[in-house]
Amino acid sequence: MTALLIKGVRPYGEGEPTNIRVTDGVISAIEPATGADEPVPADLPVFDAAGLVALPGFVDLHTHLREPGREDTETIETGSRAAALGGYTAVFAMANTDPVTDNAVIAEHVWRRGAEIGLVDVHPVGAVTVGLAGAKLAELGTMAASAADVRVFSDDGHCVHDPLIMRRALEYSVALDAVIAQHAEEPRLTVGAQAHEGERAARLGLAGWPASAEETIVARDCLLAGHAGARLHICHVSCAGTVEVLRWAKQRGVRVSAEVTPHHLLLTDERLGSYDPVNKVNPPLRTAADVQAMRAALADGVIDCVATDHAPHAVQDKDCEWASAKPGMLGLQTALSIVVETMRGTGALDWRGIARVLSERPAEIAGLAGQGRPIEVGEPANLALVDPDARWTVRGEELASLAGNTPYEGMELMARVVGTVLRGQVTAGRERIAV
Amino acid sequence: MKHLLTTEGLSAAEATAVLDTADTLKQTLLGREVRKLPTLRGRTVLTMFYENSTRTRVSFEIAGKWMSADVVNVSASGSSVGKGESLRDTVLTLRAAGADCVIARHPASGAAHRLAEWLGSAGTSVVNAGDGTHEHPTQALLDAATLRERLGSLDGRRIGIVGDVLHSRVARSNVHLLATLGAEVVLIAPPTLLPYGATNWPVRVSYTLDAELPTLDAVMMLRVQAERMHGGFFPSAREYSINYGLSEARAALLPEHAVVLHPGPMLRGMEIASAVADSAQAAITEQVRNGVHVRMAVLYHLLAGEEGAA
Repeated sequence: MTALLIKGVRPYGEGEPTNIRVTDGVISAIEPATGADEPVPADLPVFDAAGLVALPGFVDLHTHLREPGREDTETIETGSRAAALGGYTAVFAMANTDPVTDNAVIAEHVWRRGAEIGLVDVHPVGAVTVGLAGAKLAELGTMAASAADVRVFSDDGHCVHDPLIMRRALEYSVALDAVIAQHAEEPRLTVGAQAHEGERAARLGLAGWPASAEETIVARDCLLAGHAGARLHICHVSCAGTVEVLRWAKQRGVRVSAEVTPHHLLLTDERLGSYDPVNKVNPPLRTAADVQAMRAALADGVIDCVATDHAPHAVQDKDCEWASAKPGMLGLQTALSIVVETMRGTGALDWRGIARVLSERPAEIAGLAGQGRPIEVGEPANLALVDPDARWTVRGEELASLAGNTPYEGMELMARVVGTVLRGQVTAGRERIAV
Repeated sequence: MKHLLTTEGLSAAEATAVLDTADTLKQTLLGREVRKLPTLRGRTVLTMFYENSTRTRVSFEIAGKWMSADVVNVSASGSSVGKGESLRDTVLTLRAAGADCVIARHPASGAAHRLAEWLGSAGTSVVNAGDGTHEHPTQALLDAATLRERLGSLDGRRIGIVGDVLHSRVARSNVHLLATLGAEVVLIAPPTLLPYGATNWPVRVSYTLDAELPTLDAVMMLRVQAERMHGGFFPSAREYSINYGLSEARAALLPEHAVVLHPGPMLRGMEIASAVADSAQAAITEQVRNGVHVRMAVLYHLLAGEEGAA
């Protein structure tokens, strides 16, 4: 029997401090915390959580762990550690590895490595098309039937742009009870694109990535998903116009869900003036009006959840001229802080709301039965323990990822994950044994 | 001035100082048999061109040599760049080899900004000789020098910039500099070749060249690159030429005093009729001549001030 006592924590930041007892990975009791001098049985591991808020462990639908292929920038092990430190108990590892996760062998490798490391549940995302090439469906059924139990498919990094291929993928996924996660970017409208097509990029001479390239694909795919009765998920929504399309599709009953990244909740194209590629990301940072639209849509549920699009890159792929730099930024360890700053700090979401967008909805979208559960007796002990009053300064070199490409370098953020519990095991932060 | 990366943000006083120095240098060298000043003796200037260029590279090289600097040309094809070396490593190597000034042309917008950041605030200066579709500040300065010479002053003058503004670093640099120097700028192009939000630049936008010509003090024709002609930005080279080419008939609409500029290389017959390019109104060879003096002035302001202080 394994056991853990989490002392003095406030679930969802509500009510009086409680002690959460965990037995064999399951919450066995939630009792009022009577005081610091309450006797604790010898040998019982205790996590002193006074002043902390307990949330259900976070679920990231969009993580790049880079293994196999770019183990110089991140591995399943280092990415798992970053995830645990960020409060995550499950992550979805995107398929754009090298080789691509477009078959059961690679999917099972990723899944097994994640399980061996054991810091976070690593679920491989399967590619929709062979080699992410957009031409031929990958063996979705074989991946779904594998030990990795793949239920989320995406060509992320590339748009499944051919409408017929997308239609077939959506239709085929119905039998697997899977979801197709689309990187919505019409490639003909984004040839050579470097930055959000707006006044900023025009002045800087950076080729534009127009909002319409996202909006048109989202509109098309919502119609296709509606016709097929399939489940569609839109990756990293970045444009105000996309929110209106999603609202319309949801009102029509289309089974569509959507995510927004922390960086699209906070950063704008105002940052591009330095040409520092740490700000280069796909989809690009957009305008302040888009950022406001992302926050409002996340608050009212048109955008379902937050996903990090955690994208580690080597120094040489970032410390170069803008056009040669790879798009992407780290996100796992800063996500909670950014969400608190942009959503709770503005009054748009309370802790319950943050639990919804970081844990409950993404778990539902991906069909994870043991994640995103309420903090109640009998539920799995998957928890993120948050210090709501922390102030901390981001330093890329201090993050657990091998790469250090964080756009928040030197920024002071509010709130921080100080402990993570995965089925009763402490995966981040430190419990102590009572003496 | 530490670097010259853009004309955006360059003050009227700074720009005028460079133009005045260029005038002085031009007068000083006028009629001299030996066109060489000792000002930058012992200074090492590197040109680093990652794109094909004849006139800009040669102009900088002559400018450096007339100032007695040691000028070394690095071309992307004949250097370690061909072996896959990063831009950062290349420029740090060149600094270590003793460059006082790096003159860079690069296909990526912002490349000169990155070079300046890597080189830091001490030591080597960077001159942007064209970065992608962003800026080409010395071209704008030499255009301003040429216009000042012909028109006396730029204040209150109306200058038309015609053609592929979207992809033109010359246009961007000119918009900022001309506005700073008090000119009124009109961008004239089909909507497909205008940048997003150009209406909020310090300019007026027009789609009709004929309507603008009669009130212009100068018209600046931009180059149309071959890849744009096939990129669907306009239906055909013929239609472009019919609507935006500076034909003889169209040039006749200009006021008599108006100046015709072209940054080169010209597509005769398409962007500009030969007779117009070779007419007395055209200042195209003067642009090239002034280019040397303006670039001498830029090197002087970047490098000689330091020497004076030492």
